[in-house]
Parts: sequence; structure tokens; C-alpha cells
Amino acid sequence: MDGNEDHAMPGGLQSGDRELTREIPPETLLSMYVAMLRIREAEERLADMVTTGEVRCPTHLYTGQEAVAVGVCKALRDDDYIFGNHRSHGHYLAKGGDLRQLMAEILGRKTGCSRGRGGSMHLVAPEIGLMGTSAMVGSGIALAVGAAMAFAMQGTERVAVAFFGDGATEEGVFYESLNLAALRRLPVVFVCENNLYSSHMHIKDRRPADNIPEIVRVHSIPAVRVDGNNVMEVYQAAVGAVRNARQRKGPAFIECRTYRWRGHVGPNYDLEKGLRSKEELESWMARCPIKSFSSELMSKGLLSQSKANKLRAEAMKEVDDAIAWARDSPMPTETEVTHDVFTSGQRNVDG
Amino acid sequence: MVREISYGMAINEAARQMMEQDDSVFLLGQGVNSPWYVGNTTVGLKDKFGPDRVFDTPVSENAVTGLAIGAALAHMRPVVVHPRMDFALLAVEQIMNQASNWHYMFGGKVNVPVVIRAIINRGGEQAAQHSQAFQAIYAHSPGLKVVMPSTPYDAKGLLIAGIKDDNPVVYIDDRWLYDVQGDVPVDMYEVPIGKAALRREGGDVTVVATSYMVREAMDAAERLAGQGIETEVIDVRSLKPLDREMILASAKKTGRVVAADGAWLTCGFAAEISAMVVGEAFEDLIAPVLRVTLPDAPAPMSSSLEKAYYPASKNIENAVTRVFTWSGSFKAARRERR
Repeated sequence: MDGNEDHAMPGGLQSGDRELTREIPPETLLSMYVAMLRIREAEERLADMVTTGEVRCPTHLYTGQEAVAVGVCKALRDDDYIFGNHRSHGHYLAKGGDLRQLMAEILGRKTGCSRGRGGSMHLVAPEIGLMGTSAMVGSGIALAVGAAMAFAMQGTERVAVAFFGDGATEEGVFYESLNLAALRRLPVVFVCENNLYSSHMHIKDRRPADNIPEIVRVHSIPAVRVDGNNVMEVYQAAVGAVRNARQRKGPAFIECRTYRWRGHVGPNYDLEKGLRSKEELESWMARCPIKSFSSELMSKGLLSQSKANKLRAEAMKEVDDAIAWARDSPMPTETEVTHDVFTSGQRNVDG
Repeated sequence: MVREISYGMAINEAARQMMEQDDSVFLLGQGVNSPWYVGNTTVGLKDKFGPDRVFDTPVSENAVTGLAIGAALAHMRPVVVHPRMDFALLAVEQIMNQASNWHYMFGGKVNVPVVIRAIINRGGEQAAQHSQAFQAIYAHSPGLKVVMPSTPYDAKGLLIAGIKDDNPVVYIDDRWLYDVQGDVPVDMYEVPIGKAALRREGGDVTVVATSYMVREAMDAAERLAGQGIETEVIDVRSLKPLDREMILASAKKTGRVVAADGAWLTCGFAAEISAMVVGEAFEDLIAPVLRVTLPDAPAPMSSSLEKAYYPASKNIENAVTRVFTWSGSFKAARRERR
């Protein structure tokens, strides 16, 4: 399936939003490239660590979808909130989460971002506005709308973003959340990462039509479909949506067409059981979001092959260091098993 | 200053005073501006605070509860109202998977100061889907505090304590109590969550009761006194955290315990009281612990069936009588076995 059809701009997001292409400063473009490399290297190392058995918690890898998290998060401020799902390593890293604490969390260490209680599916980094990722499909969408309502009531310019997959659009809470966000014109951006699969099921087996933006528009929310493998396109859409939200013009929806290279969970490719075809996988791998972006940067004269090699080596080293740090970290002690069920006297600290 | 007001107006006053004091407090939920959904518990609040802070929502229990949780993560203190506890079942995912787990699951780094107010709406021929009492479900979930006030004083003090608490609190009020009058201070005060109340002292038997059943227990105790049985009545108030000390101290003193809870028998809160007392005060018991609950059947409609369905003071009286019938032989049998 081609992910690029129907790029029409609906009402709400103006065509002018697209013209930002020329305005993205070179340092932003390069930082997006580095951010994508970091996610890729982290995910591919984690795939190896699942294979060797070192990583044992359910691990849903983001390889192939890097442009979505990076394109959206680069349009946000530190004090904006994001809410993720079971596949959120990319969201965590793109928003600025600490790589060492991510690795430590996945290895169940006390130094992990969730102190070894959450694992791959339950990441948190309040200091950069990641208030938690929920492994219940669709549930985080309502939380993002709630955070947006808080921001509106507090009179701030902050924005909340919900990241979710195409599968989440089949949950009732998705529709309830769209309606509430539109009703109250809340500063929330819905980012649907349509990677065509909900676990093992292709979208054509789950929906009569692959037309999620259309469904959203009838809720009076502007919705666009973008190439989720093109970080600049994602970024442009996000900048427009976030700007409108900050100006209290209401919510927006961005469907990012993308593809996860690895299977639903773990390092396999979900080819062996006939869940998807090798041809489909290879066609999407040929449209690697990092490779195409590096070509774009090279054509702009912003990146050379040697610099690309150097940046990749740096990302690999950073991942290596993070894993080494995580391995050296202590496991939680047995007495901690009932700690933190309740809190006393705590206020959330964020951004 | 203290004056007499109703349980319903005590809830209303707690909400109003908290909203006056703290801009981060707001109400949302189905029917918060309706003239009948929530009794008089929100009357006048929208006029005072406006529709943003008293948000009458579409019938979207799941997302509305998620909204409250998300707002709580962003420094607000929402009170999300479910006008029939039955309706909150559509929000259990948000309550038990999200709010309850959030603080622990994220290593104590984020907390969810939300109040989930659910109204038990029994009787009135409303039948199975508008009458249920699900306190046991919420008390089962580790990260939730659960309170059930039985007096106007506690209705106000527990709601204020719940809103100020930094954890998710399930506040369960009962429509059958709304017109009960009682002394309530004008000023703000908190009833500490986790503390039971001793409603009547007695040395012969302990009745541990929740919510409306406290009133029934008091009536039963009055009649039992006429038969020469002195009943101690404990109002649980806070199902979680549970005031184990007060309940166990009383169980050890009287040696006879009846647990009365207006919900189902099987896996209910009365069973928890029974298990806790047997596990912690076995040596002092002189009779088995009995439970007074709803029968294991859905709520009926017809008034004759409702009468048979809801436990009342008579059922508590009967349970106490049974406890006394058994306690002599039970004690003897235990002595013999040793």
C-alpha cells in the first residue's frame, strides 16, 4: 500500500503552513537528523538485546517511524506535554528524555526513568513534559485532552499532544476525546501514526476504508494526512497545528502515514507467520525516513557523507554508553515492591 | 459556627469552599448542572463559578474521566462526578488502569490528585442498572483511596480531604442520605482519610458498617440495648486506607463482629472486614464473623422485591442474635480443641 495518497489540506491548517519548508533553519534540520539517528540506533540495539534475552519486558520498537516523533516534538516547547502509548521510545527521546534512564528502565534498573516499575511500555519524564505513556490503546488520548483543558483554564500558551496508532482510532475513547476537544476548542494536537497495523491486523481488515482524517473532520477538527516518513512534512504540519493551538484556535489532527519495520512486539519482522509480505516491508524500508532525509540534507549542502558517518558513530557511542551505564546500575531492592503506591504531599514537577 | 444542614448541602458546601479557595479545583461530569441528576449537591455552583469550572459534560464517561486525570497531571484538582455509580463502569479503565497505577508505575514521579465522585442511587424502582454499589471494586485496586461518608459532617470533611489529597480518591455518596440533617461547621475542615469513627460504644458485639448501613446499625443497636446487648458501632468511612487499629481493637474487646455493607456478599467489602478480623484477632474471637449485605442478585424493580433486597436494621439485629447463639458453643469447642 502506498502511504502517500491524499495529501489535500483541509480547512483549518492553511496552505501557508507548508511554506515553512524554506524557513526551517539549518541547525533545526540537523538536530532533527541527529534525533532520528539516536532513536534508530537505540531501537536497533534494543532489538539485539531482546534477541539475546537481556531485555525481557515486552518491547515495541519504533524503527521506521522516527520522523513522526522527531517532526512533532521539534515543534514543541519543553513545557508542552506529550502522552504516548506502548511504542513510545521514540516519543520519549524526541521530546528530550534521558537516553541512559530509558535503557535503565528497559533493563529494570532502579535508575530507570520509572525506577524499574514501568519498563518499555511505561515511560515517564515529567521534566520534559512526558507525563507518562500508557499501554492501554487509546487511553492516553483522553489524558492529553485533559492536560489541554488544564492549560486552557490556567491561561497558559502550553499545548498537549497525544501520540497514538491507527488501532487506537477503533477505541470509543478516541471519539469521545475528539468531541470533547472540539466542543471546548482545547489546545491539543492529535498525532495518529498510521503504520497500517494494529498488532497483527492490517487496516483493511479492521476498517471499511482507510480514511481516518475524514472521520476526524466531521468532529469539527481540521485533519491532515502527511507522509510520516518525511520529517520536514511532519514538522510543518506540527508547527501549524501547534501554533493554532497556542493561539487557542482549537485542536488539530495529523495523520502520519508510516510503517514499523519490526513486528508488533520484539525484534522479529512479522513475516514468518504470513502477517505481512516481504515485498511490503522492503518497499517501506526503501523509503527509510533517515536515508531520505540525509539525501535531502546533502542536496541542500547541509550534510556530507563524512559528517553523516561521524554523526552516526556519535549516536552509536551514546547508545553504547547509555547501555553500559544501565548495566552498571543497581536493580531495585525487594523492600521497594510496595513503595509509592500512594504519595504524600507531592506536586508534579514538569517542563 | 456549627449549624444543621443536609448531607446533600454539605457536599455542595465542600465543593464551593474548595473552589473559592483553590483555582485549580473544578467539577465536571454528567448532570452537574442538571436539576435532578445529582440532587442539590451542585446547586448554585455554575452561577458562582461559570461553565468552565462546573462543566456539564456529554455522556462520555471514559474520556471525561480521562480528561480529569490528564488535568490532574497538569496541576489541576478536578472532581469528576458520576451521577449513578453504574455509569462509572464506562470509566473503570481510566480509574483502575490509569489513575490507580500512575504513581507507582512511573516510579513515584507523577501523581494524580483527582476525586472520582460516584453516587449510589438505590431504590425508587430503578432496578439493576441505576442502583449498584461498587465500592469493593475500587477498594480492590491498590492505588485508589475510597471513602464513603455516612453523615453530613463527614460528607463535607471527606470531600475537602479528598480534593486536597494528592492521590486519586473515590468518593462514594448515597442518595438515601441526601436529606439527612446534621451538625456541620461553617468553616472548612478535613475528616482525615484512613480514620474510622466510633458511633456508639458497647462491650458485647461490634458492628462494622459502611455508609447507609451505619444508620441501620445504629437503629439495630438501639433495639439490641433493650435486650441487654451493648453494641459498638464503627463507621468505616474510609474503606482504603482502612482503620485497622480501631476495628481490631473493638473486635478484641467484644470478641463478636458483624460486618454490614450495602453491596453484594461475594467478594464484597464485608468479606474483607471478616478476613481481616479473623486473621488479626482470631485469639480474641468468641464467634464467627457474620456479614450483612445484599443478596447475590441484581437489584430488582418491584417495590415488594426491593423491600426484600435491601438489608436494614432488622437484618443486623438478626445477625447479632445469631452471633450470640453461636458464641457460647463456639468458645467451648475451641477450648476443647486446644
